[in-house]
Amino acid sequence: MAKEKELQQKQPMPPIGAWFPAVALGWLVPGGGHFLLKRPGRGALLLASVSGMFLCGLMMQGAMFQPQSGDLLTTLINTGGFIGDMCSGILYLLSVCFGYSQVDTAGHVHDYGTKFLVTAGLLNILAMADAYEIAAGRKD
Amino acid sequence: MPKMNLSHFEAAFLFAVFTSVVMGVVTKRSDRDRLHYGFYTFGCFLLALFGLGWLMYFGHG
Repeated sequence: MAKEKELQQKQPMPPIGAWFPAVALGWLVPGGGHFLLKRPGRGALLLASVSGMFLCGLMMQGAMFQPQSGDLLTTLINTGGFIGDMCSGILYLLSVCFGYSQVDTAGHVHDYGTKFLVTAGLLNILAMADAYEIAAGRKD
Repeated sequence: MPKMNLSHFEAAFLFAVFTSVVMGVVTKRSDRDRLHYGFYTFGCFLLALFGLGWLMYFGHG
């Protein structure tokens, strides 16, 4: 285990051209990196899951975070939430372009919706990391 | 945009399904392991969901 970790740490960074297109496409279209790397089955599952979660968040009328400054907790929550929202790629961009704007209202459904929107982005980060590992040859 | 009005359980169940699929797909190295890990993660989510639900029920007295 320790040896495996050490071996992983010693691996050189692969050239940017090898992984950047897959990671960038993976950000823009959830699962897109996997499609580019010819893993259509896994790409389709990622696309369905991340998009499904984001759409459920929209239908639950979750709020999108905007970066705000103030005390440390407010800054962390709002900036982190904003980054999480943005990581959904085209889903986020389209919803902003079409004018989706929901104020943060009380109620468990809205609250779940907000979490669904952020988590969709966070799951897409996992998908992008997986695409990076495949493109870098660290995973089959 | 159609609206969804889910209960706590339905929303948490849906969350567990989507998250488990992604966790299963991105973590392991073979399809068999991915399937196992996806189901394992989903089981953990459900266990936590019911466990915390009962804990809150008894906590309220």
